[in-house]
Amino acid sequence: MLNRFMQSRLRGLMVLAVILFSLPVFLSNPFHYELATQMAIIAGTVVGLNLLVGFAGQISLGHAGFFGLGAYFTGIMTGHYGWSAIPALVVGAILVGLIAWIVGRPILRLKGHYLSMATLAVGFIIAIIINNERQLTGGPDGMPVPVFDVFGWELSPFGTYSLFGIELNGSEAWYLFAAAVLLVAVWLAQNLIDSPIGRALRSVHGSEVAARVVGVNTARYKSLVFVISAVYASVMGGLYAHFQGFITPAVASFDFSIVLITMVVLGGMGSTMGVILGAVVLKLLPQILTHFQEMEAVMFGLILMLTMIFMPKGLLPTLQMAVSKRLKRRAGGQQ
Amino acid sequence: MLSEFLQYLFTGITIGATYALIALGFTLIYNASHVINFAQGEFLMIGGMTTVSLTGMGVPMPLAIVLAVLLAGVFGILLQRFAIAPAKQADVVTLIIITIGASIFIRGLAQLVWGKEYHVMPNFSRDEPIRIFGAVLNSQSLWVLGVGAVLVVALVLFFTRTLIGKAILATSMNKQAARLVGIRTQLVLMLAFMVSALLGSIAGVVVAPITFTSYDIGIMLGLKGFVAAAIGGLGSGVGAVVGGLLLGVVEAMTAGYVSSDYKDAVAFSMILVVLFFMPRGLFGAKVVERV
Amino acid sequence: MLKTLLRCAGKFVAIAAAGLVMSAQAAEPIRIGSFLSVTGPASFLGDPELKTLQMYVDKINKDGGVLGRPLELVHYDDVGNASSARNFASRLIRSDQVDIIVGGSTTGATMASVPLVEQAKIPFISLAGAVVITTPVKHWVFKTPQSDRMAAERILADMKARGFTRIGLISGTGGFGSSGRTQTLEVAKNMGMEVVADETYSGSDTDMTAQLTNIRNTDGVQAILNFGFGQGPAIVTRNYAQLGIKLPFYQSHGVASDSFLKLAGKAAEGLRLPASPLLVPDSLPDSDPQKAVVQNYKSEYEARWNAKVSTFGGYAYDGLMLAVKAIEAAGTTDHEAVRKALENIHGYVGVTGEFTMGPDDHNGLDADSFRILEVQNGDWKLIN
Repeated sequence: MLNRFMQSRLRGLMVLAVILFSLPVFLSNPFHYELATQMAIIAGTVVGLNLLVGFAGQISLGHAGFFGLGAYFTGIMTGHYGWSAIPALVVGAILVGLIAWIVGRPILRLKGHYLSMATLAVGFIIAIIINNERQLTGGPDGMPVPVFDVFGWELSPFGTYSLFGIELNGSEAWYLFAAAVLLVAVWLAQNLIDSPIGRALRSVHGSEVAARVVGVNTARYKSLVFVISAVYASVMGGLYAHFQGFITPAVASFDFSIVLITMVVLGGMGSTMGVILGAVVLKLLPQILTHFQEMEAVMFGLILMLTMIFMPKGLLPTLQMAVSKRLKRRAGGQQ
Repeated sequence: MLSEFLQYLFTGITIGATYALIALGFTLIYNASHVINFAQGEFLMIGGMTTVSLTGMGVPMPLAIVLAVLLAGVFGILLQRFAIAPAKQADVVTLIIITIGASIFIRGLAQLVWGKEYHVMPNFSRDEPIRIFGAVLNSQSLWVLGVGAVLVVALVLFFTRTLIGKAILATSMNKQAARLVGIRTQLVLMLAFMVSALLGSIAGVVVAPITFTSYDIGIMLGLKGFVAAAIGGLGSGVGAVVGGLLLGVVEAMTAGYVSSDYKDAVAFSMILVVLFFMPRGLFGAKVVERV
Repeated sequence: MLKTLLRCAGKFVAIAAAGLVMSAQAAEPIRIGSFLSVTGPASFLGDPELKTLQMYVDKINKDGGVLGRPLELVHYDDVGNASSARNFASRLIRSDQVDIIVGGSTTGATMASVPLVEQAKIPFISLAGAVVITTPVKHWVFKTPQSDRMAAERILADMKARGFTRIGLISGTGGFGSSGRTQTLEVAKNMGMEVVADETYSGSDTDMTAQLTNIRNTDGVQAILNFGFGQGPAIVTRNYAQLGIKLPFYQSHGVASDSFLKLAGKAAEGLRLPASPLLVPDSLPDSDPQKAVVQNYKSEYEARWNAKVSTFGGYAYDGLMLAVKAIEAAGTTDHEAVRKALENIHGYVGVTGEFTMGPDDHNGLDADSFRILEVQNGDWKLIN
């Protein structure tokens, strides 16, 4: 019963909404809100990446490239050319989608590790360009990004706002905004998963040859989902840039690509709620591990390794399995 | 200009030989277990750092090198036994993440033990570079090339002439069948990781006089090694060597003739081009997908 | 199984929560916040900086603290990543509620935190080099190292004095090298000099022979300058010697530490660089006011940590001392009062140089605070 409840997608969305909007009870200062906002934005990125990795079974080790492209495009257009944030985000997403489509067609023919290699290369090339084009991007020292605005109405982490008569400071307002964006991102992703496209994708994951035999145009679906996940990354990157107010090429780096894919795998490939949990855990962990001082890296590596060894399916799916097993056993015991 | 070209070529071959040595380690583990070991760079680091710290304590260099290589071998076994073997049902990506976790862990340990400083290792032979037609070649580069060649030959012999080598190959081709004919596949896999760690650490020792060595040297070199292995075709020894040399020469030529700003970008574009025309790298085996 | 898991998770969350809200009580100590690149590629900056801060906070506390209150150092490791630097800055300001921030090892980390610091209105003394940090002046942001622009000016002035006007430039693609390159190009133009070759290398490169060959083969190069930090410049220096290039060679202050000499070895012989007097404390004339400060810092640091002192630790020393001086002068930890006091610092003699701040100068140093050193017989020699 609980199991079915947890697997039902719409209810999943509702549970997420309840968690997101009741979270402020536990957040006591703007720093907590900031962290939560970043989590929501990164989680949105990871939900997109999960479509590619978890459902279509294609590994990307260069996704931060698209995130970085989105971030820098918005940063440059709003910062240097005075665009408003929304058109910058939209045009950025279209451009990044286009780029993903162009590079996606040839590289998605590759299999397994070769595909990882190719995505890694694409990510690296993007990061190198961002790093080198100092005139536009400020080079390795980064560039400031103007405040997020909706055609004149500004959303600054430092402003004050009122919503339905409740006074909100900037970090709270940003959190609510990011939470709403995440909900939309999850809703869109779930619709996609439940659509015929989603079924086709899962067939690609299961066995590409079999999918092709039964008439699924695997190449088209793969590049479609590649584009979608890149667009997710681009939009979230743009939001991230506005929220942070300052970006450096680290947002497009290989390290960050690894962080993103780790979130997916750690949380549970193929489970939208799982990858969100993965993003939360990986974002929170460094903040907690600061207490270990120089043992930080050792602890992080150890936790990562142990989790993946003992929960190879990821955090959430493993927990869900444990819960349902227990429920079944209890039900059996009562009869 | 001949001397200019030669200089770029020498530089490229030096860098490339380094990459090739690392790529060989990737190849070995990939052959045995189809795992891409992102902790491969750490074997390199263990080799270099252990040698430096032991010689610092007064241990003679040859002994220090042997001990360093053995230590790396132990780490290879531990990695397989405690990180890879327990996760045998895991996905390819999950295994990648496990090896990434392992590399962060090992690097963290190294930083605790050895600190964050960069260290120098003296050249094996003379310090003065060799001059050929106006271009110079670091004498250590010859060591890298020589050791690389010896290792390649040794590997070929190992896989074709020894029982253990054949067992590793058999395991990689079909684990079930290998087990049926009486090969203890777990042991074989452990051996593969150990040999790969030995290779990696030898590479780490040989290149340290050129690159310096530190707790985080494995990150960048490991990555380049992976790239080289993929260009050459995962699982192919010849591919690893050719891929490494190609990558190094392209980097040096780009830095020399085109733009040093974009030399890494050109190298990565080359991968895309190679994979576009040869989706399994230059020498990768054609594998029939099982349905 | 699940119960234990949940219990574990519960404990985890509790620890996390405790960690995040810890502090906040106990208003007694003066809280000095710091985020530094203690590990990662810029650890050779962050490591000595943290050691310096820890050791002098201890020392000051032993001597009775500041304004009768003990100092408390709250520090985080940003791993050289600007985004996490910004997060830790936020944590310092909002969760730990520090009174002043002394930190930011790299320019990226500093600049990422600046918008936040300016909004939160808290004094921030950066330990990073680039000129953009304090030019234009930002109300709440100060910095202790000389800017890379000053380094470029000092180097090019020395070149010009020796009659070299055509320069070959090779720089790292990291933040330090890239910003240094930009400044060098600008300064060269202003001084009527010409950069005839302009090459770069990335932080992970292991051989720069190709770039150096290009520079050597460029017509009319009279001197070569390498702007970069980390192990890269040491490799450049060694490749330089291997290629047998005879042109005068300059490095930036990014390698001004004894560990560079160890890495580069004999190859470094004869090269020049701008550095703080910290590397040559004993060669300073007795009349130099910095002599005593520098000697003290060097001997105390080396005794405490059993490691060679580096210029970068000196930045943290000056940052901490400036903060303490300002808090003492203000007589309070009130942010605006401390900021004003920082702006009024006049003639503070530090390890890096003599600081005289002002409303339009939040760095307080001039190019003369750099000394030109030359490597002779494997050691630093003061030239001027």
